[in-house]
Amino acid sequence: MNWKTFFAMLARDAHVARRNFVVLLLQTFLQPLMFVFIFGRVMVRSGYMPEAYKSLLLPGIMAISMVFTGVWAVAMPLIAEFQFTREIEDRLLAPMEISWVAVEKVLAGTLQALIAGLMVIPAAWVILRPGVTVTVHNPLTFACVTLLVALFSACGGLALGCSVNQQHIGLMFSMVLTPMIFFGCTYYPWSALNSFPILQKVVLVNPLVYASEGLRGTLVPQFSHLPLPAVLVVLTAFDALLLAAGLRQFWGKAVS
Amino acid sequence: MVGIRTHDLRKIYSSAPPFGAGSSGPPAARDKLKKQPKPEIVALDGLSLDIAPGEVFGLLGPNGAGKSTTVGILTTRVRPTGGTAWIGEHDVWKEQVAVKRLIGVVAQRPNLDFSLTAREILLFHGAYFGLDSQARAARAESLLDRFKLRDRAEQMVRGFSGGMMQRLSIARAMMHDPQVLFLDEPSAGLDPQTKLLLWEIIREYNQTGKTILLTTHNMEEADALADRLAIIDHGRNIALGTPEELKASVPGGYLLRLRFGHQSAELLQRLQSLHGVREVRANDQDGADLYSDHGGALIAEIASLASAAGVELRDVHISEPSLENLFLHHTGRSLRE
Repeated sequence: MNWKTFFAMLARDAHVARRNFVVLLLQTFLQPLMFVFIFGRVMVRSGYMPEAYKSLLLPGIMAISMVFTGVWAVAMPLIAEFQFTREIEDRLLAPMEISWVAVEKVLAGTLQALIAGLMVIPAAWVILRPGVTVTVHNPLTFACVTLLVALFSACGGLALGCSVNQQHIGLMFSMVLTPMIFFGCTYYPWSALNSFPILQKVVLVNPLVYASEGLRGTLVPQFSHLPLPAVLVVLTAFDALLLAAGLRQFWGKAVS
Repeated sequence: MVGIRTHDLRKIYSSAPPFGAGSSGPPAARDKLKKQPKPEIVALDGLSLDIAPGEVFGLLGPNGAGKSTTVGILTTRVRPTGGTAWIGEHDVWKEQVAVKRLIGVVAQRPNLDFSLTAREILLFHGAYFGLDSQARAARAESLLDRFKLRDRAEQMVRGFSGGMMQRLSIARAMMHDPQVLFLDEPSAGLDPQTKLLLWEIIREYNQTGKTILLTTHNMEEADALADRLAIIDHGRNIALGTPEELKASVPGGYLLRLRFGHQSAELLQRLQSLHGVREVRANDQDGADLYSDHGGALIAEIASLASAAGVELRDVHISEPSLENLFLHHTGRSLRE
């Protein structure tokens, strides 16, 4: 394995991300933070939502921001570079097995998703305070869940980026990401679906449920959440599945 | 020094071929193709080449002849359906990383990294190939100078003209000093001045012992650069040799394309007997292709034979010995068709 090439590509992605930092920031955070402001602040202050909703919302917003960032960082360049600009040729011709080009993309996406996730906590806290009760009882579990969520977003980005046609980018957002977010237990805990037993079972195929519930379990354990061991196992499985599918799709795209 | 070999190379696309390879219709046409049940396109049909180390070798052929597919296979980007391809001692498909170290590739369509400036493109490319930072800075400077891109070095390439992108693509391919350079239609769309600069740079690079494979459907370019040429059509090698050898292989060398009011077998037979005429072939447009040792001197005789046979001579086109004539001779089609 040629690590020099691998790290040079990582340096390239970091360089591009730094150059586009402000755009990325607005793209990632503007919508979730407005949501936090309206639902966490306006609705709570005016009495439509209970005070506790602030703390409940935080992990969900963190999950959304991470997934959105990872998918965006990996899928969008891949869709453009494979189908339109062919920019990726340059890296496919670098002296490294081509699957590692995909692995590098996943690593870069994971890092960006991690940064996004860790930035949401203070940002949302500033908007929501006072009244947010965040307690990390077990930093190791928190780190594991966060890492798995970030990896999930980047692997999902790889799989989507290598399967979605350029004309269907809009559909990718409206048919895949939006339902995932709304049925991903981001704005409500999974237990809130108790009175919708069928829906409650169906949403379990949505990996974002485990991301939100996992973050909820490690950040605001005072709310009911899915058991953390189950969350860790299922997220690991989703990561492995999406990575394998993504690598396969990537190979198919890269070689005619 | 490193050579290139292919043996009985075959490629059948079961979906639409990639950009610049195989059939070259516009994207919309190719999309339509995709919807048909498993269209099979034979892009290469048993191509064998043996390119010597240090040679400039040209692949000449019309669009869709299989040139880009050949380059694709030799550069690890297309999986061959059959046969083998070697760069030096390395099997291209089995030892991809070793091969990628030896080659530099300029694709038919510019594929520059749009998120970077011109200088950054060269620097990161050098980094991918493991050059240390001093070496890559020095090499990038000299290439920016050589390709006359220094004043645009700090700009993002998104706004570059086609010619500038092409120059930068070639500079990038040379960045890691590859032993073998692939150029797929390197001067397509370039202005004459840039074309000459490019030819000069290619010759210079070849003089340092590097092997160069270029594809073109421009005779002038093949003539100016290539030590040897293979003319390919429908994925097969139909002629091979130096440009001079190939041109000499056309009977007579001159080609007169004639068009008549109507086709007359008797007239064609008479034309055959004219002094210096080597071969006469009817072509599909009520005319004849006449291969001969000389050109203009025959016109008067042709005109009088035609009028004696009661056939109107409508058009005459004389070509001097050229690769175009050669292509036409082998395939009955013009390179430009």
